Amino acid sequence: MSAATKPRVNAASTAARGWVVAHRYLILRRLSQTVFLGLFLIGPWFGIWWVKGNLAGSMTLEVLPLTDPLVLIQSLLAGHWPALTALIGALIVGLGYALIGGRVYCAWVCPINPVTDAAHWLHQRLGLAKGWQPKRGTRLWVLGMVLGVSAATGTIAWELVNPISMLHRGLIFGIGFAWAWVLAVFAFDVLVSRRGWCGHLCPVGAFCGLLGSASLLRVSAAGRAACDDCMECFAVCPEPHVIGPALRGSGSAPALILSPDCTNCGRCIDVCAPDVFRFTHRFNRRTGETSAPQSPAHTRSGASRAA
Amino acid sequence: MSAATRIPNAIDRRRFLQDAARAVAGCAVAGMFLGQLARQARALPAEALRPPGALPEPEFLAACLRCGLCVRDCPYGTLSLARAGVDGAAVGTPFFTARDVPCEMCDDIPCVLACPSGALDPGLTAIDDARMGVAVLVDQQHCLNALGLRCDVCYRVCPAIDAAITLEQSHNARTGHHAVFMPTVHAEACTGCGKCEKSCVLPEAAIKVLPTRLARVAAADHYRLGWEEQERAGAPLVEGIIDLPDRVPDLAPTAGAGGFAPLFQLPEAGQ
Ligand code: SF4
Ligand code: SF4
Ligand code: SF4
Repeated sequence: MSAATKPRVNAASTAARGWVVAHRYLILRRLSQTVFLGLFLIGPWFGIWWVKGNLAGSMTLEVLPLTDPLVLIQSLLAGHWPALTALIGALIVGLGYALIGGRVYCAWVCPINPVTDAAHWLHQRLGLAKGWQPKRGTRLWVLGMVLGVSAATGTIAWELVNPISMLHRGLIFGIGFAWAWVLAVFAFDVLVSRRGWCGHLCPVGAFCGLLGSASLLRVSAAGRAACDDCMECFAVCPEPHVIGPALRGSGSAPALILSPDCTNCGRCIDVCAPDVFRFTHRFNRRTGETSAPQSPAHTRSGASRAA
Repeated sequence: MSAATRIPNAIDRRRFLQDAARAVAGCAVAGMFLGQLARQARALPAEALRPPGALPEPEFLAACLRCGLCVRDCPYGTLSLARAGVDGAAVGTPFFTARDVPCEMCDDIPCVLACPSGALDPGLTAIDDARMGVAVLVDQQHCLNALGLRCDVCYRVCPAIDAAITLEQSHNARTGHHAVFMPTVHAEACTGCGKCEKSCVLPEAAIKVLPTRLARVAAADHYRLGWEEQERAGAPLVEGIIDLPDRVPDLAPTAGAGGFAPLFQLPEAGQ
């Protein structure tokens, strides 16, 4: 079995730093996803109406309107000039994600993320082949298609099929047969295409990426001098192509992960025993010196990996 | 040398074009399906009524975020968001079914106030101006009032009683000496709230709120109603119109000026 020959991802970091440290961002992400869903659910479940609505549009404490900017753009293309509340809501959300990274939504908020993460876990357990791997730009084409159909039909087209809103709205307002969409995404990721939905097709993710392409919050491979080439980060990253340029760059090349595809999930930080990665801001160009003294014990030792 | 640099370029270009063509083709197919769905989504079932102030269906589908804030702020639980594969309205959009829970026509219209997108027109400030549909007495065979009984329920529950719905009296031909009080909807005052449909005592409502597109037709522009035109003009439209004498059989035996001599006398005439 592959499990016997290949140590499980994150085994080294867990052995070196303990389970909690080696899963801290994973725990925080699941917590954040739960909180974001929970805030919407405590209204209908317990009558605590802090937040009303769903991810497409919501009202928090009767003062803070939030709107999904992609839904609003589709609405504009469909020919409707939205009321002020929706515009303000979209502006707040748009600015927020532009600042912290659009795909923070994917890793920390989106309710489909746990589904595709579970699919990926199963995919690995079953040792399945990669399957269909669409080209990197595919999701941008899908995004373009969605906007085009919205304009052509005069409807907010993606919301007719969007599995994210199907699941989120479904959990809050009654799901009907929307679980079939969620199941389809899960099955697609397990059987057809590894990390197919979030990694290659989802137009919401594509939009988030564009939105956050100049974001302030970034992961940096600042401690790349300590890298022992275990490749765990590449194995765990949902968008592994973003790591290369930062980690493999040498000398004065910035260690920042600047690709808009990075979801700021922090999984690379979790799994890296030599503690190469950290969250920082995009103007922090320092490399090496900050992390090297912190982790001499388990860098390049090989022993920690075997454990 | 030049060949060595040219060939990879050609291959690159070729691959690029191939990838682009593939992406375009894939998206075209997916887009066609999505477009088809979008067209189908417009077919709002007749029983699904939109909240007060909802824009006409095509514009509504361009505007509504499917956030459900209107649903949340409706104090009567009238509205719900359409569930995929269960409710007929476009998935996630708000609607109500009059026979289940009608609209109670709140004075402050909280659903419209809650709507962030303008899909529920903020210009609607008086609930009496709402037009969610039009009530139609669809089954005059079974409506109890139409049968000559005095049910009157739909009439009595109407929030716009005597304006949107009245009871029109006519002769009851069956009994010969009673009246029929026919519930009669006046579309120009009906908000389509559905309270009549909700309260019809029959197992299935004989009066139903239908979408305006089904319940009403446009007036024929080419056809002028003389009495309306005359009222609008405040005077007869044609001056000096000749008023021909009314030809009533003059039963008096002698004809005065302008009268006619009858061709024959009725036997009992001249009582
Ligand atoms: S007017 Fe009142 S009862 Fe009618 S849909 Fe709006 S909130 Fe509900
Ligand atoms: S509040 Fe407005 S945008 Fe939200 S679901 Fe209702 S009609 Fe649609
Ligand atoms: S409530 Fe129903 S049966 Fe009674 S008068 Fe109205 S339509 Fe007829």
